[in-house]
Amino acid sequence: MPAEAAGTPDSAREEEVIRTEGLTKVFPGGVKAVDNLDLSLRRGEIFGLLGPNGAGKTTTVGMLTSMVIPTEGSAVVGGVDVIAHPALAKQAIGVVPQTNTLDRSLSVEENLYFHGRFFGMSARDAKTEATRLLEKFWLTDRASAEVLELSGGMAQRLMVARAVMHRPAILFLDEPTAGLDPQSRIALWQILHELHAEGQTILLTTHYMEEADQLCNRVAIMDHGRILALDTPGVLKRGVGADTIVTVSADGHLDELAGLLEARVPGVTNAKRVDSTVQLLATGSKGVLPAVVTAAEQGGFTVTDLSLAEPTLETVFINLTGKELRD
Amino acid sequence: MATTATPRTADAAAGSLTTARRNTATASWVAFKALLLRDLTVLRKQLNEFLPRTLLQPFLLVFVFTYVFPKIGQGVGGGTGPAAESAFATLLVAGVVGITILFQGIQSVALPMVQEFGYTKEIEDRVLAPLPVSLVAAGKVTSGAIQGLIAALLVFPIAAVVPANDVHLQFNWPVVLTLVPLACITSSALGLTFGTRFEPRTVPMMFGVIVIPLTFLGCVYYSWTALGPIKIWGFSWLKWLVLVNPLVYMSEGFRGAFTTADHMSLAVVYLALAGFAALFLYLGINGFKNRVLS
Repeated sequence: MPAEAAGTPDSAREEEVIRTEGLTKVFPGGVKAVDNLDLSLRRGEIFGLLGPNGAGKTTTVGMLTSMVIPTEGSAVVGGVDVIAHPALAKQAIGVVPQTNTLDRSLSVEENLYFHGRFFGMSARDAKTEATRLLEKFWLTDRASAEVLELSGGMAQRLMVARAVMHRPAILFLDEPTAGLDPQSRIALWQILHELHAEGQTILLTTHYMEEADQLCNRVAIMDHGRILALDTPGVLKRGVGADTIVTVSADGHLDELAGLLEARVPGVTNAKRVDSTVQLLATGSKGVLPAVVTAAEQGGFTVTDLSLAEPTLETVFINLTGKELRD
Repeated sequence: MATTATPRTADAAAGSLTTARRNTATASWVAFKALLLRDLTVLRKQLNEFLPRTLLQPFLLVFVFTYVFPKIGQGVGGGTGPAAESAFATLLVAGVVGITILFQGIQSVALPMVQEFGYTKEIEDRVLAPLPVSLVAAGKVTSGAIQGLIAALLVFPIAAVVPANDVHLQFNWPVVLTLVPLACITSSALGLTFGTRFEPRTVPMMFGVIVIPLTFLGCVYYSWTALGPIKIWGFSWLKWLVLVNPLVYMSEGFRGAFTTADHMSLAVVYLALAGFAALFLYLGINGFKNRVLS
């Protein structure tokens, strides 16, 4: 990477774009939103914080972007202590928040132009860069539009363009595709892939496991302010210890059914009730379905639905917390 | 970790548009200027809103009190006849400039901020600009003060020309050039304080319970010394009560700055306005930080 050419003695450290130690936020009233978080992000990776609403993802991003003041712990972003020097740290970060924070008094192009000026670009550089980004983010024909005229997907793309305009060391996206239609979501994923290919370090939060799986090099699964697991999506999924997930819907006492199936169906390593289904983890999918049906019927249960899937990050989450990701 | 470490801002492969990280003071100053530029650009784009909201109220005030009333023979300001009417018009010109500046603080700072905090959340992005949060708030005060200054410049000729009788102007330039900006900063800081403390829901209350009383009891239509005769048990209660109102010092100070009318001691005016400015800046900037940071 060109950055290495500078060859400073600190270069190895600088590969670490974010480092937190014991980062904790207790809100007034005693709610511990983030609990003792240790994170390390490497330059160039897409890192996902995956968890349900209320897991502490947004608070974490808030602390890393100087908007939420931690109760305890340390956070270094782009080589700067965010807590001690927030104004300096803000030079290194780009943020796409959950809500539309585009400047409604300015046009699409002016939103980018003034952002560039805030970050010290000359008028000419800001203009040139705004034009380039509008093109890159498919917004050129909307350059002089009011931001309120933009669709949700366009507004989101403009917010990403704005966030990367000053070339931040790290780009934060908080639930970037929540509320977007599927097409806009895929468009945004494509943009994030491109930014990643250009070397942009990205931290995103999401409660969509597909998003974390598709986009992220590494994923931290969060719940109740704590990280429960952290690794590549592949390793996390393999950690489930099964290659097949069987979901069984049936009448009757499901906890009993879970116990029955775990005992009787060959290859099933774990079975538990998840909401109104029973979920089986199995190794090898051959013959599992007939065996499940047979075992259930022998136990006096009527199977109403049956499905087979590979493990997903959802499975990992269920395994860790005993509940589904979606609230 | 020491801040003296100067890691690269730009990502490895992302090019070199903004290269080395700038120190906080430089970056803050640049961002501060850009925030002002943003506000003034918005002002220019919204002149068709700025002009009527700024000019109409002062114009109507002056028009009704100093043009219509004399024309229909209705006395105001304690007398009829050209001399009394002229004295009243002179009194009013200072008050109208004061009220204009005060309103500008509400309209250009408080109301947009209530919206941005309440609904649009736009402010959250500007707060991520590379400068301390308190300076983002100070930038709002500065741009509000500039708008107050522009408003005062526009309104002054109206107040001086519309009245049916002569307005006795006498410019004390050193006072004009210091007191008008001070009043603009005070009003704008008041706007910041209000903007960070009121919700969209409570804006009507802000007008009804605070802004309207401020204007009626702000020595706009009468001079402060004239309140002496209003007494209870021999005590000039109203004269002392209105001293909590910053508009009193603007109206009275402007009387000294550009008219021949009697006025409160200018030393008191400066001291009080500087005190109010400091108080509102403190409350406003702290309120802003509390709203933005958690």
